[in-house]
Amino acid sequence: VCAAGLLKTSGVFAATWNNLAFTSKDTADAMKNAGYAGAAENKDIMIKVPDIAENGAVVPVEVSSNIPGTTSIAIFVDKNPNPMIADFEFMNGAEPFIATRVKMASTSIVRASVKAGGKVYTNSREVKVTIGGCGG
Amino acid sequence: MAEAMKMRATMQGDAVDVKVLIQHIMETGQRKDKKTGNLIPAHFINQVSATLNGKMVLDMQWGVGISRNPFVGFRVKGAKVGDKVAVHAVDNLGTVFDGEVVVA
Amino acid sequence: ASGFALNSRAALSATDAGGFYDLPAFGNVSLLHITDCHAQLLPIYFREPNVNIGVGPGLNQAPHLVGEHLLKAFGIRPGTPEAYAFTYLDFDNAARTYGKVGGFAHLATLVKKIRASRPGSLLLDGGDTWQGSATALWTKGQDMVDAGKLLGVDVMTGHWEFTFGAERVKQVVDNDFKGKVDFVAQNIKTNDFGDPVFPGYVIKPINGIPVAIIGQAFPYTPIANPRYMTPDWSFGIQDDNMQTVVDEARAKGAQVVVVLSHNGMDVDIKMAGRVSGIDAIMGGHTHDGMPAPSIVKNARGQTLVTNAGSNGKFLGVLDLDVRNGKVAGFKYKLLPVFANLIEPDKEMAALIETVRAPYKEKLGEKLAVTEGTLYRRGNFNGTFDQLILDALMEVKGADAAFSPGFRWGTSLLAGQDITLEHVMDQTAITYPQTTLTEMTGATIKAIMEDVCDNLFNPDPYKQQGGDMVRVGGISYTCDVNKSIGKRINNMMLNGKALDPNRKYKVAGWAPVSEGVTGEPIWDVVTSYLRDKKVITPRKLNLPKMIGVKDNDGVA
Ligand SMILES: [Mn+2]
Ligand SMILES: [Mn+2]
Repeated sequence: VCAAGLLKTSGVFAATWNNLAFTSKDTADAMKNAGYAGAAENKDIMIKVPDIAENGAVVPVEVSSNIPGTTSIAIFVDKNPNPMIADFEFMNGAEPFIATRVKMASTSIVRASVKAGGKVYTNSREVKVTIGGCGG
Repeated sequence: MAEAMKMRATMQGDAVDVKVLIQHIMETGQRKDKKTGNLIPAHFINQVSATLNGKMVLDMQWGVGISRNPFVGFRVKGAKVGDKVAVHAVDNLGTVFDGEVVVA
Repeated sequence: ASGFALNSRAALSATDAGGFYDLPAFGNVSLLHITDCHAQLLPIYFREPNVNIGVGPGLNQAPHLVGEHLLKAFGIRPGTPEAYAFTYLDFDNAARTYGKVGGFAHLATLVKKIRASRPGSLLLDGGDTWQGSATALWTKGQDMVDAGKLLGVDVMTGHWEFTFGAERVKQVVDNDFKGKVDFVAQNIKTNDFGDPVFPGYVIKPINGIPVAIIGQAFPYTPIANPRYMTPDWSFGIQDDNMQTVVDEARAKGAQVVVVLSHNGMDVDIKMAGRVSGIDAIMGGHTHDGMPAPSIVKNARGQTLVTNAGSNGKFLGVLDLDVRNGKVAGFKYKLLPVFANLIEPDKEMAALIETVRAPYKEKLGEKLAVTEGTLYRRGNFNGTFDQLILDALMEVKGADAAFSPGFRWGTSLLAGQDITLEHVMDQTAITYPQTTLTEMTGATIKAIMEDVCDNLFNPDPYKQQGGDMVRVGGISYTCDVNKSIGKRINNMMLNGKALDPNRKYKVAGWAPVSEGVTGEPIWDVVTSYLRDKKVITPRKLNLPKMIGVKDNDGVA
């Protein structure tokens, strides 16, 4: 189902890669450097994550925003050496929804932040990463 | 490197649901080579975009925290069967990945 | 025990008014439920736990009731066969009086009797069926696949089944089970695009009433067991998809929706409160033999949550009265399978005899005699686990040992011979390697804290349904109500505080990571038993429990 790709230059991207945000060592700095500073807690950001990760190297994260006018969603994992995971900007009919898989070294807060109507919002969930073994 | 990308696009209501898998090591640059003790250089996809019939719908920036063999799923309203969804990705070493799928 | 021995063959007779198994039919939809038999084809002894602590919403609630607390909560008289079946009380004596429990030939007779008065009923198997015995391990579960089919299982889900690998499960489901047994699991998806691996549910008519049975496999299989066994599948609780599936089944006309679950009972209870439209969750995994359902209120009414014990000890019977498209009433009974009360089914007995024949002599080898009762269940330790720990530490020359908190494994009475079969009942898994690892005191604590949180996290969705890792050589205190990192304290080895920075030699078995080599655990235990010949009563290494005053999960 996957047709041969057309080679393009990287000039199609709207912005250059945000090195400052992606190399920040804590979530607060990363949020600031990615334009999400001062985000207000908002339950209309839905984060779907497993309660316990099956594999810390591949943790499925789905975020959707019910906040009107959502234009972007960013994902952060607090305990990672570089908490900023990704930033997604939606346009031309894309719904404010994203599904991806992230690396987690340990139990941590997974945070999703949203830009909507010139304001920023955020919500979070905890994902447990465990050594495993045992069972009934 | 089209063979590195697997895509699926199916209509769900009035939106197309797109799922994309790209084969990539997503090396963080923070792991040590067990033999030499040296850091393994970072090698990861960092910029990705998606288009519907040539029009950009999603502009993404990724860091090293995205899992190996990255997955991304998204939805676009107003699509219909037969439309074309394309994904374009580039990693920090400049390798380009492209994929295209027809909405089913 | 004060009771009389059970040997009434007439108990099964419908003409005998006092027949133990005369269960009057009720309503028009009946579901029979077995779960977690752990491949026990023959009658066995199985001691229920005296420690099964509930925390958070589980405090002093079913299933976290043991001994007298359980009897009181369910109105069971002490000293009765039921008290023997449902509790650990006076176990050794009661076991001598009332005899062994379970056995597929005995279960088969009981299933036939119950189904005779309930035309159209379905038999559900909640999984953990293909693992737990030598013959199941050596035949890759084939003995249990054949026994399940002969028993008449209609619908099944799984957990330990997956430790034979994804391909083996698929092979059985696509061939042996084809057209006979529906293997269902709404929560198993492929790792690439999240496609369902098995049908999520099946709708079967019972007396003209469409009944949906939704499968819920053990959500944490890739964590509790080796992930490499099912590398391309993901599991998880997936309760939003459960709601979708329930609604879909209702939309297709199902008048009754039942979840055949391997969540574990605490998870089932939480799920019953969050997902609506389920009439009953018939659960397993945590091996809780609960005499009556827990009734959970939710957005669209209520859901019954049952759990049918383990090791073939019980048959759950749920009778529903469905009127005007709705469940109007129910009766539930968890029948203990007392082998002395039931004539074994000839056909099943013959099958069991045939599958065991090639291994019988080997399995019967007497390795030692035990002077004390040997059992496994309990949150922290059991005497059979202690025996495994003692064997590991001695044979491996370790300072300390870890043994997984498995809830399966049969019991032995004082004075019984320990045969190879008994050792395999405790150890028969597809990743039996033993290990000897240098660990710092800090690492030992971290492991114990991690496992302890999987047991005592107040959020059931963050529990995994096993018991605490059994610890040999190290004494400790466990404050069950604290959070991770703060429960395990006062760790001592040989009278000295455990040094977080010092390295200790720790023996263990059942590694979940790939590529670990080592002598299988059964070889370690059998060599220890052959050497000792007589196993004196074990001294249990139990932590001092803190925060369990007035906890009905502690006897
Ligand atoms: Mn089990
Ligand atoms: Mn289980």
